[in-house]
Amino acid sequence: MKKVFLFVVLAGFGLMSMISGDEGGAPKKVPSVMLKDLDGNTVNTAEVSNDGNPIVISFWATWCKPCILELNTIAENYDDWQEETGMRLVAVTIDDERNKPKVKPFVDGKGWEYEVWYDSNSELRRAMGVNNPPQTFLLNGEGDIVYSHNGFMPGDEEELYDEILKIADIEE
Amino acid sequence: MFMKKVLLGILLGSCLGVFAQPSLSGGQVTGNHETTFQYLNTDTIIGAFAPEQKVVMNSYTNVNYINGKFAAGMRLESYLPAIAGYPAFYSGTGVGYKYLQYNGDFVSFTAGNFYDQFGSGMIFRSYTEPALGLDNVMNGASIKVRPVNGIELKGVYGRQRFNFADGQVIWSEGIVRGLDADVNFNDLIPSFSESKLKITAGASIVSKYQPANNDTLRIPKNVAAYGGRISLRYSGFFMDAEYIHKINDPTQLNGYVYNTGHGALINVGYSRKGLGINLTAKSLDNMVFRSDRVVEGNQLFINYLPATSNMHTYILPGTLYPYAPNFAGEIGYQLDVLYKIPKKTKLGGKYGTDLNLNVSVATDRVRHTSSENFDVDRISYEGRPFDMTDSLFNFDFNLNITRKLNKKWKVAATYYHFIFNNDVNKVTNFASGYIKSDIIVLDVTYKIARKHTLRVEAQNLWTEKDRGDWAAFLAEYTFAPHWFVAVMDQWNYGNSNENQRLHFVLGSVGYLTGNSRIAVSYGKQREGILCIGGVCRPVPATNGLTFNFTHTF
Repeated sequence: MKKVFLFVVLAGFGLMSMISGDEGGAPKKVPSVMLKDLDGNTVNTAEVSNDGNPIVISFWATWCKPCILELNTIAENYDDWQEETGMRLVAVTIDDERNKPKVKPFVDGKGWEYEVWYDSNSELRRAMGVNNPPQTFLLNGEGDIVYSHNGFMPGDEEELYDEILKIADIEE
Repeated sequence: MFMKKVLLGILLGSCLGVFAQPSLSGGQVTGNHETTFQYLNTDTIIGAFAPEQKVVMNSYTNVNYINGKFAAGMRLESYLPAIAGYPAFYSGTGVGYKYLQYNGDFVSFTAGNFYDQFGSGMIFRSYTEPALGLDNVMNGASIKVRPVNGIELKGVYGRQRFNFADGQVIWSEGIVRGLDADVNFNDLIPSFSESKLKITAGASIVSKYQPANNDTLRIPKNVAAYGGRISLRYSGFFMDAEYIHKINDPTQLNGYVYNTGHGALINVGYSRKGLGINLTAKSLDNMVFRSDRVVEGNQLFINYLPATSNMHTYILPGTLYPYAPNFAGEIGYQLDVLYKIPKKTKLGGKYGTDLNLNVSVATDRVRHTSSENFDVDRISYEGRPFDMTDSLFNFDFNLNITRKLNKKWKVAATYYHFIFNNDVNKVTNFASGYIKSDIIVLDVTYKIARKHTLRVEAQNLWTEKDRGDWAAFLAEYTFAPHWFVAVMDQWNYGNSNENQRLHFVLGSVGYLTGNSRIAVSYGKQREGILCIGGVCRPVPATNGLTFNFTHTF
């Protein structure tokens, strides 16, 4: 038992250091989980696409202040970002049943134009290894995760946008 | 044991695979890690006690390996011993969660541990809240079938996680079995797909089995609950409703009565750009559904009792008198209104102004005395949906105004009025009956420079009862993208006992980079109630150092 445990720990940490350390391995994609969007449509998260343009996936909750700050900050620039890079943002709410009914009024109340997925039982959150929101992932046109970031401080949106610009197919 | 070896093989295999052929699409690994370490001092004035070990640690690592339609993963957990206030039944190091999964278009199945939920969770919800030490993960198998577009059938079967002792998960004696069907009519009926009216409906049945030996009562070994739900959307309007019925379920908590139980939850609302309204109505009676009839506390819940009061995040309104649903039953109503006064108007200002009003009330339910003979049928009363009494459990009014003044300044102000029934949900030993309190919170953000931000919170709570008035002050300085420092003081200046007019000062420093976060805090933390999603746990007073590290990979 102890040996097995030790092996597993070593394997786990080996993987951890490799995956986080360098990008040599196969690119990561969004795992397949069936979620619902604001209209009740079922979405297969692995099939998220944006005609070859960048996608930002942002984990948030109505009770998470830095999340709201992040999504508000991006909302202020959203028109410009979309126009310049063709990007779009999917906001994945991990609000559970207590706060789920508030999500749609909340999103509309804030005037956000994002696509919203309900991850009420944290299935996608677990599959993507998210600890606590906010956690942001950036996908390139092929759906590869090219950048991710935990937490939000004012100014972080500029770093995110720099990363979006790197992968956007910008016509001069 | 076999399972562990299989998982080990997979992990090692993937490890080697990545090594040997970096260009091969050999699947991917995701996961996360969190460690919380505390060095605790004894401080008798605030009631903090250091354990014998002086230092305590919680740690867990989740690893998922995903390759196409196949996934496997596990979580290793350590409690050496568990951090202050964490449930005492967590100890040792071991595998707390492991699964193998196949995700096809037609069918998906999971062997081992899984989390899932039917409808709003009032009949079945297995989930984890690591911050609360709450984990009722299933150990067994689950299957999901999508026979046609628009229909999903789920089956779950297993035992539940009860506790984690010396590195071993202890599973429930009871077995939980459940079936759920979910139909999306817009997907199912092609001619209906473009309709503005969106309809989904579902039905569930969940049953538990537990052996029973009782000399005086004929205890039902199998107890079932069943119910249905419907969800309608039409342009900005929405309505979600669910009703669950539970058959007789004698438990230690309900005094071994043979009453049936029910849960009803209705949300009705309207929203458009800049306006959101939601009204919730809830009725619960004898709806605690557990896989073990003698277990109490927060363990072995098969279902989730929906909380219908706002989740407050500022420290004074959030931790002094938080409300969680009453286990015996309650009737609750809640209204939420979110309105954005449009930008570039006289009232709304340049950026617009956010208003958020929330009112919730929870009361006891009427217990109609059963006409039949209690000695024969042991039915103590009859409960009817939404049949409320005037016995108040909780009242919560709160109004928030948030406004960005200009590029540098942002101000939020919130007013709260609580009436909390401490006889029903006891949170303090210093008062009985209703505790009325008023709270004001001011939250000001000032952007000093492009990456430098200062945020200040000032809070005050007024109450005649309990420990009297409190003030709290927080200053948080962030310099993006890596650092933050914060200092918080809570001051019980209104305590009737002058020796107890204490300050609780806590300083924190944090460093974030990419997917890692390190935070260190030092100081005193007040005894209080930690709540997530309507489930609460008391946390003791502490005095010392806390180190927290999280990483996502």
